[in-house]
Amino acid sequence: MGQPQAAPPRADKPDKGAFPGASAIQAILREPRTELLGRARRGGIIFPFLVLFIVLSISSGPFFTKTNLLDILDQQASTLIIAAAGTLVLVAGGIDLSVGATYALASVVATKLALSVNPVLAIAAGVAVGLLVGLVNGVIVTFFRINSLIATLAMSFVVAGLAALATAGNLIIAYSALGYAKLARTSFLTVNTSTWTMLAVVIALGVVLSRTIAGRYMYAAGSNAEAARLAGVRVQQIRLITFVISGGAAALGGIIDASRVLSAQSSNGETTLTFTVLAGIVVGGTSILGGEGAIWRTVVGTLFIALIGNGFVLLGLNPLYEQITLGGILLIAVGADAWSRLRTT
Amino acid sequence: MARLTVPVSGHHQGVHAELRDVSKSFGGTHALEGVSLAIGHGSIHALVGENGAGKSTLGKIISGVHSPDHGQLLLAGEPVRFRSPRDAISRGVILIAQELAIVGSLTVAENVFLGVEPRQAGFQNRRELRRRYTELAASVGFELDGDANAGRLRTADQQKVEILRALCRNAQLIVMDEPTAALSRPDAEALHVVIRRLARSGTTVVLVSHFLGEVLELADEVTILRDGRLVQTVPAAGQTEDSLLAAMLGRPLDATFPPKRPVPADAPVVLSVRGLTAPGVSDVSFDLRAGEILGLAGLVGAGRTELARAVYQANRVSAGTVSVPGPAAPGPAGAAGPAGPAGPAGPAGPAGPAGMTSVTGTPRTAIRAGLAMIPESRKEQGLLPGRSVRENVTLSSLAQLSRAGMVRPRPERRAVREMLARVDVRGGGQAMAASALSGGNQQKLLFARSLLRDPRVLVADEPTRGVDVGAKRAIYELLASLTGNGLGVLLISSDVEEILGLAHRVLVMRTGRIAAELSGDEATEAAILGAAFGATERGA
Repeated sequence: MGQPQAAPPRADKPDKGAFPGASAIQAILREPRTELLGRARRGGIIFPFLVLFIVLSISSGPFFTKTNLLDILDQQASTLIIAAAGTLVLVAGGIDLSVGATYALASVVATKLALSVNPVLAIAAGVAVGLLVGLVNGVIVTFFRINSLIATLAMSFVVAGLAALATAGNLIIAYSALGYAKLARTSFLTVNTSTWTMLAVVIALGVVLSRTIAGRYMYAAGSNAEAARLAGVRVQQIRLITFVISGGAAALGGIIDASRVLSAQSSNGETTLTFTVLAGIVVGGTSILGGEGAIWRTVVGTLFIALIGNGFVLLGLNPLYEQITLGGILLIAVGADAWSRLRTT
Repeated sequence: MARLTVPVSGHHQGVHAELRDVSKSFGGTHALEGVSLAIGHGSIHALVGENGAGKSTLGKIISGVHSPDHGQLLLAGEPVRFRSPRDAISRGVILIAQELAIVGSLTVAENVFLGVEPRQAGFQNRRELRRRYTELAASVGFELDGDANAGRLRTADQQKVEILRALCRNAQLIVMDEPTAALSRPDAEALHVVIRRLARSGTTVVLVSHFLGEVLELADEVTILRDGRLVQTVPAAGQTEDSLLAAMLGRPLDATFPPKRPVPADAPVVLSVRGLTAPGVSDVSFDLRAGEILGLAGLVGAGRTELARAVYQANRVSAGTVSVPGPAAPGPAGAAGPAGPAGPAGPAGPAGPAGMTSVTGTPRTAIRAGLAMIPESRKEQGLLPGRSVRENVTLSSLAQLSRAGMVRPRPERRAVREMLARVDVRGGGQAMAASALSGGNQQKLLFARSLLRDPRVLVADEPTRGVDVGAKRAIYELLASLTGNGLGVLLISSDVEEILGLAHRVLVMRTGRIAAELSGDEATEAAILGAAFGATERGA
């Protein structure tokens, strides 16, 4: 750190989407001390995550094992998929509170269909339901200009109600639909398909946000909607797309989880899932005010929360404190965002 | 008290505020370095300098928004240390910031007395509020309805609300940061009267301003800053705009406006507007030719910005046409021989000129038809503040810089580099947040965004508002050189000199209509103001 720099100090490149850990650490090592604080803020969640990871590796024997780490990824697959899509919504200046309900509705629909039809068809139908919910959300928010917080909150009640109607309040069991289980439980290269699916979705959405025109437009819409419109961006259209993606992702998450246990009920997911997803996004450092954020941040934020849960179990800590810890971390994350905005303006 | 670094002219009773060797830096950059000055009681003291020279920072230190890293602030000879603007207010020092702090949902009177409203058992006493407001407004001669919704007021009137707010808190020293930047000429003059009246009644005014004419007219003393350092404090009498400019820039400035390039007689029409009617605009017709700068003058609220937005399809057009040459809207420039002589024949031309394609829809379609706009407020309508310079510049041109929906990093970087060089944005990098740039560079950034599309028509709404002298000059040069390349410019400005210095032809707007068209020798300040106020006979 104290070394003289050989190369002239270079202007930092935005490294969204690329392997953040590596480049962030390299950057830290390259920068002089005075820049450390600013860097730490921009790197955000990556440092607490690494610290927690190392602490758990040292203090708990079973933590740093392939089984445990793959288990964490497998368990978080649906959350990560939903949170990655939710990041797009937040970046574009909206918020989707209906993901928990969509998750439940899609899992119920797909599981019920899996009893009678081809599992591929059942899964497709479930995802289609999610896309439809997302489309309705998007239309309400963009065409009818209703605040997305309220619109998706209202929709979450509607969708949860539909899920309850579809199941008549019962648990749907599909133990016989073994084809359906393949979605989550097939092992490929010793890793479950649910994890592979998650990786594919997260990487795809990461590329969309960081590399494509659509991604640029999402940032623009969330950063300054009027400026984006005057610059020729179809702000409403791009926002609508983010809601559709979010609905589809929520459905996919619900179906993956249902196929893992071969059952589903309308009370799956619900508000807890919605808030876990949002917590992961926000802890990662994506701004709830729009225009800032990245998929990799959401991945790290979500896994950070997962590690805390995992750590509580492995270390045998009183699980009652887990929620309090989570709440505190969330406050710090939101506070850091607000504070850094204050400082830069 | 022995060491006064600058003389105070005699006719004021003593020093009201004094700075001694004040320094302030923000994250490594020195905003102010070792500045000392004294502000006389009841005087109007102007702070001038380019953007980034430190004048706003100085004003904010005096008013407690920033505290100095080093050095002292003295009020009436006594050292003070303000921890917040609130501290300063309690000592009678109030800042009226460039961005006005108006609560849009409250009435004028409520805004004025915000935080100090007359109360009765915890409830606001409306009658008392109204009485005090009327009294206060009358004392400074403002005619402003106390019950009006403050958010709907024009900027000039909101400024008055801020002044009243300062006065009702017993301000003895008011720091005004660019108070007239957003005002039209008559509004600015009305504010000048107010400022003079304040000073005569014993209130000290520190005036941060870009307008040197205003400074010379109002100020008793002028402090000139350059790069955070004090150049000098001098009595305003005896100074000229040129002498101030030279001191600010550290070099003499040549003629302010670049020479106008004559528009060739056969220059094609690049924008034709017929009977355009939209919110705030009624029945406006004009033609703009390639290489021409068409000035759009008028009072604030006369419909200039509304016209610009209607042309650009940012506001809904209810009647009339906006058209550009060419058979199909998104066609490349000069695909078909443009309309030619059919163009600016008379004021009442055909409804849809031959050889022209009508532009309707959204800003997106306007951009595709070769239009570009520099919006009135760069902060609210232009910039993506937290996004990088690069993303800001290429926002309108991503399709050209990508393949299969993916932005290609290398061509993008190259395009941005070339464009930034062309509009002369210096410092920072492409990855820097746009909000970190100075006002002038932000404005140039918006030019870069527009020009990257290679437009045929540029609508520039107050392109030099709130930028420093150097950047202003650079923007003038840019506009002039662009017309040399055949761009047509529709220039809106509240600065009549700017209009006269740049435009080939001037349209004066009043109540949504074109009140006069002036070109050549007819275009004088008097003629423009006369038409703007409706003094001339309205042609039937």
